[in-house]
Amino acid sequence: MKDAFGAPQSLLVLGGTSEIALATARRLIALRTRTVRLAGRPSPALESAAAELHALGADVRTVDFDALDSASHETTLGKVFAEGDIDTVLFAFGIAGDQGRDEEEPLAAVRVAQTNYTGAVSAGLVCAGALQAQGHGSLVVLSSVAGERVRRADFIYGSSKAGLDAFTQGLGDALHGTGVHVMVVRPGVVRPEPAAETVWAAETVRAAGTVRAAGAVRAAAGFASAPLEASPLTTTPDAVAEAIVTGLRRRSETVWVPGSLRAVMSALRHVPRPLFRRLPI
Amino acid sequence: MSVDTVSLTGWGRTAPTTALRFRPRSYEEAAATVRGCGPRGSIARGLGRAHGDAAQNAGGSVLDMTALNRIRTIDAGTGTVVCDAGVSLHRLMEVLLPLGWFVPVTPTTRYVTVGGAIGADIHGHNQHVSGSFSRHVQELELLTAGGEIRTVRSGTPLFDATAGGLGLTGVILSATLRCHRVTSSWMSVDTERAVDLDDLLERLCAGDHRYRYSAAWIDLRARGRATGRSVLTRGEHVPRYALPARARRTPLAFRPGPLPAAPARVPEALLGGAPAALLNEVRYRGAPRYRIGELQKLAAFLHPLDGLPQWSRAPGRTGSVRYQFVVGHGQEEALRRIVRRISQRRCPASNALLKRFGTGGPGWLSFPVPGWTLALDLPAALPGLARFLDSLDEEVATAGGRVCLAKDSRLRPELLSAMYPRLADFRSLRAELDPDGTFRSDLSRRLSL
Ligand SMILES: Cc1cc2nc3c(=O)[nH]c(=O)nc-3n(C[C@H](O)[C@H](O)[C@H](O)COP(=O)(O)OP(=O)(O)OC[C@H]3O[C@@H](n4cnc5c(N)ncnc54)[C@H](O)[C@@H]3O)c2cc1C
Ligand SMILES: NC(=O)c1ccc[n+]([C@@H]2O[C@H](COP(=O)([O-])OP(=O)(O)OC[C@H]3O[C@@H](n4cnc5c(N)ncnc54)[C@H](OP(=O)(O)O)[C@@H]3O)[C@@H](O)[C@H]2O)c1
Repeated sequence: MKDAFGAPQSLLVLGGTSEIALATARRLIALRTRTVRLAGRPSPALESAAAELHALGADVRTVDFDALDSASHETTLGKVFAEGDIDTVLFAFGIAGDQGRDEEEPLAAVRVAQTNYTGAVSAGLVCAGALQAQGHGSLVVLSSVAGERVRRADFIYGSSKAGLDAFTQGLGDALHGTGVHVMVVRPGVVRPEPAAETVWAAETVRAAGTVRAAGAVRAAAGFASAPLEASPLTTTPDAVAEAIVTGLRRRSETVWVPGSLRAVMSALRHVPRPLFRRLPI
Repeated sequence: MSVDTVSLTGWGRTAPTTALRFRPRSYEEAAATVRGCGPRGSIARGLGRAHGDAAQNAGGSVLDMTALNRIRTIDAGTGTVVCDAGVSLHRLMEVLLPLGWFVPVTPTTRYVTVGGAIGADIHGHNQHVSGSFSRHVQELELLTAGGEIRTVRSGTPLFDATAGGLGLTGVILSATLRCHRVTSSWMSVDTERAVDLDDLLERLCAGDHRYRYSAAWIDLRARGRATGRSVLTRGEHVPRYALPARARRTPLAFRPGPLPAAPARVPEALLGGAPAALLNEVRYRGAPRYRIGELQKLAAFLHPLDGLPQWSRAPGRTGSVRYQFVVGHGQEEALRRIVRRISQRRCPASNALLKRFGTGGPGWLSFPVPGWTLALDLPAALPGLARFLDSLDEEVATAGGRVCLAKDSRLRPELLSAMYPRLADFRSLRAELDPDGTFRSDLSRRLSL
């Protein structure tokens, strides 16, 4: 069961090797999480992710899951729920694709759409049903800022995330009042943490403030050194993880990481298309 | 019997979960519900005043007991009352006071049921004299797994598991209570200010035995030398002959105002920071340094919160956490450290109470043990609160103390057996009595009770 602060005791991750998901799992294990199920395609990376979380003190097992095999979702995920309550499900699977190639090879583009959208639809409905039956739980879905206003540069990925985002919002409304909480997370560009900067300040009182400030400083520094590379829209897996934990505590429905994206995107959403096309983003 | 699907929380409004709510009107209906509950089990619920998740059951059944609310017999000579478990203490007071009797123990709200009072083995401001609620229960009728009704007498293992057992041994259907004789509904109240925590502890040790009711409001915002400054109020039922002439005409009148509606939502900003500190300042300075024999209505003295708009009920969307712990006599240093840490953090704590406990309750999971108890409300949205309370838990456990389960919504399960040494007995009795786990709650899942 979740405690008063939304910290789950059991966690199911779909996309068990995702960096964001692992950063989130680490934080949750430091709180209340004791049971972790990492679902994904079998690989050494998945096993080593499980071993790492196990070393932190959780009971971890891996589950075979392929987003592209929608027909199997009911059985594979059903089995996980049958073993015991899952307090939080984190959807972290997804592929970015390669826009250039995907435009040439329609089947490659379809793969992006099927992984990010269709796969999430079937897995999402299965999990939603199971959570509803147990009467509680959170479904956290990693969408992307790329789906909010789709750009020329990555519209195949962007459109799959737009579909995922809309589906998740609808599911959240459908489950409103059932005790099940659905949360959409929209990160900007996520870059791995520079090794020295793993921020565990979250433990301290002013955590939220510190991290946000640190994020801003980092973004500003990045901006100065590599103006085309980084921008205030960049974030790290750890920052996304922290935002997810905070979102669980507040039972938020939508989370932007960094938070400033909310304002940026609400402006960008209304930029007329002729102008939008010419923006260097 | 009405049935609906509802999202439920405790009084603190954290962690909502959904269950099928049944409202039985007879023993048969209650038994049928328990027999027919699915794999996710069932749990009894009274007026939902427990702060945490003790009276909710995600995906399962919840038995709302408030329709079983008959007072069956009252022996006006001995003060023995037999009533259904869904009767509220408020109702009992209305009926008993005119007959010259008062409930043996009342929490700081009257709006709890007899079933909830036994299930949480509640304590009142008279704990140091009278112990907890279930000490005044002679016997009860318990609906156990399988739908069988047993009469459980005080002093038996099943009674001790049920008292404070949070509904996990079964559904209490009725209880036989021994009440306290009073000759008026007035209280004589003495108020003192304590300049700091040590001063307070000294006053409590020196004078508590002279009063039936005693508790202190503690200003957890005060720091430095004023850390732990408090207003101590202690009282007695006034005998009829000591009442002023006007009050003597209707000595047993009991007409508290209606329960004010809870506001839908109070902005957190109102409760935190400067306003809270200022309110505390006013409350402390406004209290008399020393005043004796003030005549107060019973409800005003014992249930001041019932008369106020329920501010603390709903800070923001994420609700509140009530933290209550007790540490034994001799552990004053731990208490001092915890109070200091809370005030140094400038937590917007409200409804903070400190009390000296006497002899513990009979229940295996009863909260009271002799020592010092501190209770406070905190907004759940406070950043870093989860870890802060975890660290307080560690201090409490190290000092041999415990936190109160009826209020809990966040304890680390690993600490439970250190805090409640009879936990193993409780678990094994439950395994025997209810092998299929018919009775479950969110709390029992969270803490693997
Ligand atoms: C403002 C306020 C002040 C409070 N002050 C105090 C105080 O001073 N001292 C104190 O000890 N507590 C205090 N409490 C807590 C409260 O007294 C307890 O939580 C009490 O159990 C609430 O009773 P209820 O009828 O609302 O029960 P619920 O909150 O509905 O249930 C509480 C527990 O009792 C069980 N239960 C309820 N009915 C039955 C039944 N018929 N059979 C078996 N189990 C049952 C439930 O399963 C649950 O575990 C306070 C609460 C509030 C909101
Ligand atoms: N990184 C960013 O900049 C960014 C920005 C916004 C949103 N997001 C979204 O956030 C989520 C996680 O991001 P991340 O950076 O942590 O990703 P990541 O490290 O690249 O991990 C992606 C995960 O998806 C899994 N996956 C891919 N195809 C799958 C399939 N067919 N079946 C099952 N699992 C599959 C991968 O498993 P394998 O190990 O088997 O490949 C991997 O576990 C993704 O949905 C991503 O779109 C990322």
